[in-house]
Amino acid sequence: MRFLRLKRLGKWVRAVISDARTWWTFFKISINERLVYRGDFMIGTLMRFLPTLTQIFLWWAIYDVISTAGSADSSGGPDGQIAGYRYGDMVAYYLMVTISRAFSSMPGLTSGIANQIRSGEVKKFLIQPVDMQGCLLMQRIAHKLVYYLIAALPFAFVFYLCGAFFIDGWPVADKLLVFFMSLVLSFALGFYLECTIGLIGFWFLEVTSLTFIYMLMNFLLSGHMFPLELLPEGPVNIRAVVEFLPFKYLAYFPAAVFLGKVEGAAMYQGLVVELIWVVFFIVVSRVLWFRGVKRYSGFGG
Amino acid sequence: MPIIEIKNLTKSYRVYQKQEGLMASVKGLFKREYKAVHAVKDISLEVEEGEFVAFLGPNGAGKTTTLKLLSGVINPDKGTCSVMGYTPWERKNQYRRRFSLVMGQKNQLWWDLPALESFRLNQHIYGVPKADFDATRDQLCDMLDVTRLLNQPVRELSLGERMKMELIAALLHKPDVLFLDEPTIGLDVIAQHKIQEFLKAYQQEQNNTVLLTSHYMKDIEALCKRVVIIANGEIYHDGSLTQIVDKFSGDKVVTLHLADSVDRDAFKDLPNLIDVTPPKIKFRVQREKVGAVLSGILNSYAVDDIVVEDPPLEEVISNAFSAAEAAGKVG
Repeated sequence: MRFLRLKRLGKWVRAVISDARTWWTFFKISINERLVYRGDFMIGTLMRFLPTLTQIFLWWAIYDVISTAGSADSSGGPDGQIAGYRYGDMVAYYLMVTISRAFSSMPGLTSGIANQIRSGEVKKFLIQPVDMQGCLLMQRIAHKLVYYLIAALPFAFVFYLCGAFFIDGWPVADKLLVFFMSLVLSFALGFYLECTIGLIGFWFLEVTSLTFIYMLMNFLLSGHMFPLELLPEGPVNIRAVVEFLPFKYLAYFPAAVFLGKVEGAAMYQGLVVELIWVVFFIVVSRVLWFRGVKRYSGFGG
Repeated sequence: MPIIEIKNLTKSYRVYQKQEGLMASVKGLFKREYKAVHAVKDISLEVEEGEFVAFLGPNGAGKTTTLKLLSGVINPDKGTCSVMGYTPWERKNQYRRRFSLVMGQKNQLWWDLPALESFRLNQHIYGVPKADFDATRDQLCDMLDVTRLLNQPVRELSLGERMKMELIAALLHKPDVLFLDEPTIGLDVIAQHKIQEFLKAYQQEQNNTVLLTSHYMKDIEALCKRVVIIANGEIYHDGSLTQIVDKFSGDKVVTLHLADSVDRDAFKDLPNLIDVTPPKIKFRVQREKVGAVLSGILNSYAVDDIVVEDPPLEEVISNAFSAAEAAGKVG
């Protein structure tokens, strides 16, 4: 009896090792594949900061206006506050959101999955003994790592230039730890959320409009466009609704932790809720995959 | 016991019927009409281990659907199927490690990377031990003469070279059962021939079971002893190539080489004259009349050479298809 159990355990361990090898190979291949397009990457990285630059100028103008209106002495530049953000905080927020988005954004994932379903490429994952989501995940991790490697230098440069905007300096210890954990989770959340949308392609062959709605929601409700503190709390409390949605973990939350906008118990609570959202979308995307495959094999081909 | 056993397999698709015109499109938003397309109707088939079987049929006959059913991509509406004891659409990993499906029109390799990388990935996906992998890879690359191309990105390979790489990728885990869906589509004659030769040698060596669909008769002539003709989702014929020729063509093609030049008109009475370019004359005769017709000619003319042959396979098959289609319409 015990021997049998040991044997089963051995079999299971071997299976896990063999899976791990597959994923490792897949990971290495994805990195190689990504390195083919390194030039494309460099340009893309710098482009990421272009919208941030416009934001910086826009907010400078806004702060300038309110400080002129609010105080007699406006010669010292903008020094008012909007929803608890000083001008420096605002710029720092946008820079941090760029970091969050570097983790949570998944360009081409949704459309990629939908295209694979429509073109029938998804068959590969029915025929070969390998999981589609696992492959995509490995591919994403590899792409992101290559991206960070290449983007580290331009990012460091921009942050060095903008160091003065971080008025309260860099956070320490627990905040930094929660910040990093929230970034990793925002990667997972972005991945499984977009997987979920892409897999809807099993039911509607075209998911472009759905992707568009998602992008819009993401843009407005994740804190990508502006800090969530700016959302109105009355007459309808939009802020509270957005707090309840998963989007804010894609951009706002990590940035807010870093800047000390969310602290103490709320910070840890946020991390737990983020984790719950990740698990939720893992489960939903798995269910969609199995249902979708069933439907696919029942109807089409 | 047969390695592949198909019993009463039926599969139909639901296809959205779109009417022409704008109004119809608007109507389609609310109410859609579907038509059932019967891709495969009540097919039963057995294949023994080590057989090389060709599926022939016009486009849309159900060949690819059958291969998809066998490889577990789609579920049937009715019927059972067992391949090496597994039901394909359960998609068990044990089963998936033992077969391969190669589609001539689909690319499975990593586009931007050398084929070698794709091979290595397959090695791990299928759990092939390193030593076996190296040996198989070297052997296959040698047979297909592509060793020097292993380190070139796949996108830089020609169509023929890519197809060879696809085949290698599919064979690295030594599948017991191999499904080939038009493996030579779009290739030039030389590349086609290379791949035929390879498949033949490989199958003889491994003695695995191969099912092939193709539009090229040359593929089938070169490779398969057994041919299954599918039309309208039904098996119309299952047997050897020679049987097909017997069944669907009662004619022989006779070519005469005359010793003296004769007047063209002398032969205008011959039924089914194909070509007259003196001193060569080509015509068709019903098989049972070949003797009588020839002796008649030999009595009247001096003949240098006589060739009696079966009509080209393309023609025979096309006859078979038309017969099958006609039967389908009546039935």
